[in-house]
Amino acid sequence: MTVYHDPNKPRHVDDRVEVKHPVPEGASAKVETTEQIAVTTPPEVCGMGHRMKRKEDPRFIQGRGQYVDDVKLPGMLYMDIVRSPYAHAKILDIDASAALEMDGVLAVITGKDLEAHGLHWMPTLMSDTQMVLPTEKVVYYAQEVCAVIATDRYIAADAVENIFVDYDPLDAVVDPFKALEDETIVRTDKEVQTNRIWHWEVGDQAATDEVFANAKHVVKQYMHIPRIHVASIETCGMVANYNPATEKMQIYMTTQAPHAIRTVFALVTGLPEHKIQIISPDIGGGFGGKVPVYPGYVIGAVASLLLGKPVKWIEDRSENLQADSFARDYHLEAELAADENGKLVGLRVNGLADHGAADAAANPSKFPAGLFSICSGSYDIEATHVNFDAVYTTKPPGGVAYRCSFRVTEAVHMIERLTDMMAHDLGIDPAEYRMQNFIQPEQFPYKSATGWEYDSGNYPAALKKAMDMIGYDELRREQAEKRERGELMGIGISSFTEVVGAGPAKDYDILGIKMFDSAEIRIHPTGKAIARFGTKSQGQGHETTYAQIIAQELGIPANDIEVEEGDTDTAPYGLGTYASRSTPTAGAAAAMAARKIRAKAKKIAAHLLEASEEDLEWNVNQWQVKGSPDQAKTIQDIAFAAYTNHPDDLEAGLEATDYYNPPNLTFPFGSYICVVDVDKGTGEVHIRRFVAIDDCGNIINPLVVEGQVHGGLTMGLAPAMFEEIVYDEYGTCLTGTFADYLLPTAVESPKWETGHTITPSPHHPIGAKGVGESPTVGAPPAIANAVVDALWHLGVRHIDIPITPQKVWQALRDAGVSD
Amino acid sequence: MIPGEFDYHSPQTLAEAISLLVEHGDEAKILAGGQSLIPAMRFRLALPGTLIDINRIDGLSYLREENGHLLIGAMTRESALEESDIVQSKYHLLADAAAVIADPLVRNLATVGGNIAHSDPANDHPAVMLAYGATVMAAGPNGTRRIAIDDFFTDLFENSLEENEILTEIRIPTPAAGTGGAYLKLERKVGDYAISAAAVQLTMSGGTCTAARIGLTNVSPVPMRAKNAEQALVGQTLTDDVIEAAGQAAAAECDPSQDLRGSVAYKRDLTRVMVKRTIRKAMERAN
Repeated sequence: MTVYHDPNKPRHVDDRVEVKHPVPEGASAKVETTEQIAVTTPPEVCGMGHRMKRKEDPRFIQGRGQYVDDVKLPGMLYMDIVRSPYAHAKILDIDASAALEMDGVLAVITGKDLEAHGLHWMPTLMSDTQMVLPTEKVVYYAQEVCAVIATDRYIAADAVENIFVDYDPLDAVVDPFKALEDETIVRTDKEVQTNRIWHWEVGDQAATDEVFANAKHVVKQYMHIPRIHVASIETCGMVANYNPATEKMQIYMTTQAPHAIRTVFALVTGLPEHKIQIISPDIGGGFGGKVPVYPGYVIGAVASLLLGKPVKWIEDRSENLQADSFARDYHLEAELAADENGKLVGLRVNGLADHGAADAAANPSKFPAGLFSICSGSYDIEATHVNFDAVYTTKPPGGVAYRCSFRVTEAVHMIERLTDMMAHDLGIDPAEYRMQNFIQPEQFPYKSATGWEYDSGNYPAALKKAMDMIGYDELRREQAEKRERGELMGIGISSFTEVVGAGPAKDYDILGIKMFDSAEIRIHPTGKAIARFGTKSQGQGHETTYAQIIAQELGIPANDIEVEEGDTDTAPYGLGTYASRSTPTAGAAAAMAARKIRAKAKKIAAHLLEASEEDLEWNVNQWQVKGSPDQAKTIQDIAFAAYTNHPDDLEAGLEATDYYNPPNLTFPFGSYICVVDVDKGTGEVHIRRFVAIDDCGNIINPLVVEGQVHGGLTMGLAPAMFEEIVYDEYGTCLTGTFADYLLPTAVESPKWETGHTITPSPHHPIGAKGVGESPTVGAPPAIANAVVDALWHLGVRHIDIPITPQKVWQALRDAGVSD
Repeated sequence: MIPGEFDYHSPQTLAEAISLLVEHGDEAKILAGGQSLIPAMRFRLALPGTLIDINRIDGLSYLREENGHLLIGAMTRESALEESDIVQSKYHLLADAAAVIADPLVRNLATVGGNIAHSDPANDHPAVMLAYGATVMAAGPNGTRRIAIDDFFTDLFENSLEENEILTEIRIPTPAAGTGGAYLKLERKVGDYAISAAAVQLTMSGGTCTAARIGLTNVSPVPMRAKNAEQALVGQTLTDDVIEAAGQAAAAECDPSQDLRGSVAYKRDLTRVMVKRTIRKAMERAN
């Protein structure tokens, strides 16, 4: 992979270095696929493979969760934010005098106030800069303009209405293609006056062009992967609690990455890092939206620092939808080439990324377009070239991942739509065509044209299972009969490959901090344990799955293991939870730390059994003399001895820490099949069936995986048919409430039929790959392909997501079909 | 999402509520189910100085048949319509609508009177009541008066209630023999307003349509009847061509505006489709 800088296409983020992906021996391999989940521990231990109910759920379903907004500290003040009614405007004056006269209003903080401390700008995770509060102009609708601190939440809200800002509106830059023309410059603060942010290329252009020149068949399609919002149930917020006596800044914060945030806070504010404590308590969904630092966090922390009191700031729903980081918003001009035999040979992509007013993506630093270059997906394609530009527009900064590993969703949607289109053009059944063009199991270890070394995979097995489960051939027969009668039915397939688990530290970092992750396990004298991690669950079920990994390795019942995350004063350093990285990194660290404990336990067991270490073998939860299971010491016996009767030459205690740096990413995959019926009169799409076969390697907890898949599929359905952030020509956000930004409910969701194949990761200590995002990545093209499949005979080649009734109606009427 | 300051009153009697209305004039808003007013207040789109909460007034929530009419007390919750045997067995158009108004949580609080008094063309009851030819009862300082539904809606969010009047009851004529009704709505997701919806009440006699009333939801600035569509049906045998003509008439006479739910062209054509389908369903029920 190359990342280069074309002098004619200036970039304004830090220089990026060339990234290569040689993976160590064995980190990419041919691995056998099974369907049976291996269970090697009894139910009372509840190690891997057990359908353990989530340990965290009793407190959630009883309303006993502790979220940021549940934090109430003595003397706590409240912050509310004045936001811009314009997408682009000069600020001529901010008159806060009426607000400051109100009883209970303590302060109004403006950009000028922050400027005095050098805090009116902050770095983004992509080393761009973003305003905390403006001193000259606003660059997006609902941008933070100034903040009120009051003794009461209601007074703060009333005070916002009493602050009068004089704006001089400027032209909004809404269309990213128009932004390229540089007529109106969004970031006038930059040295070079252009809206272009970066240019990025991957793959061999010459080789790709040559393949295309010789190709027999080419399909080409422009597609927009629209701007969407994670819309987590809990919005963002914080309680900043600066104690002037201890000089400690304690921040309760809705963050997916508390440790990285602590470091960023230290670097930005100059506060010593040991005097900053970030506590990420229970989090009500993150999906990538709680990775960035938003202006409100900085303003709230500054307010607490200046006033010496706790300050609470909780966004409302509209603020969250309008101003927080978006996801996606990629415009793709994509071409796929096949030879005379229909074999896929080339992929060529020109992309334009609309980043809004700052490149505030949450990608690893060296990957401006994230891991988009995985775009050849599950197919063996000889040559691929990706060419990307990014621009500023007057929209909120971004973008975050939305339950996706750094731009993989965009890539998967593109390749799965194109592959379907090619199959239809060639008159080959889309399932059969995929089978022909898959990277075959025997091709592993496999390296793609863009440099990825897939760790393991078996794409035909997953598709075959999905086809069997849904009764594919029968459905095709039904479709043909219905078509005869003029009824519209479609079958769509998506055979996606994910790339998750960032990542190998040499290539993956966030602002220079390597993307390892960590686990620390302490076994108490009575054999119970506490384990702490650098990740942070936002609903993923870490308290259960991490406990099961440790139970598997040490035989301590999962119920006897307390899992803690999110407090930077107690948890080991880590990069947090996003991009399906927790299991590949911290989950691996849990296994490795447990194995360190097991090794020490062996020494203690040998001492207790008066045997030599070489004569001992591990059996579920005990070290035993080989061949004599009754001569054994359980992990509980050993733990007690570690504090009461350990060998003289050994330290007391039984604990270990592991910072795990994966040798490769993991590549979960799956095949989804969707069946739709289309209403000719209204354009409504009814999803009749949806079968999802996921392969996430070894399964830690089938129940949790199924829950992840159900949630992920619903969040894949959402952008496929409902969600889109829409702006008018003035850059005003038209989707600032759930009345306009549509989230599917149980009513709109089909019955998800799930299943699995198991192709373990060859490099992960427990063979797991991560699954949280697979369904979000894989579902949209299955749905889009199904709708297009229903309409293909009418001449419809493509419909951009979200596939709304109106878009389908338009396609039908254009084809002369009505009711 | 925090409303501005307001005074709150919770009268125990209708007379008390009316005198509060007289006292506070256009500063005051009546709070019934609050499913439209509260969101508007949270966004500070509505900033009433005074809220008059009529939830504690007894005797405003009922469903009963009397003198050839179904009487619906203004404070009757939408969910009560779903649970009413009378509604479910005899007032099919109303039962259809009750099942698709917002979502179950909203229907537990939202009131029939509030839905109509809000006079939002996107609400479902205006079209339903127009199709039924309902009567609205309004109580004010000078007593109670009847307002024919055809005279009720005057503009967007505007109606012929006086500033000091409270809507107290809706009267729906009991369907005569040979009469059937239906309501069909297309929404983007549950709880959304309609992209378009049609309320149809038909009377059939020996295969001929002898009376028709059609109300449309969310395709005009003021809740409307599709009178040309009605005329296309009355006196006709309802063949496919006649039904198509009625659909086309409705598409032509409605006046939708473009929004995130769709373009004007889409909403017109969708209205044609919804009107046709609703006519067919009403026909089935009439026979």
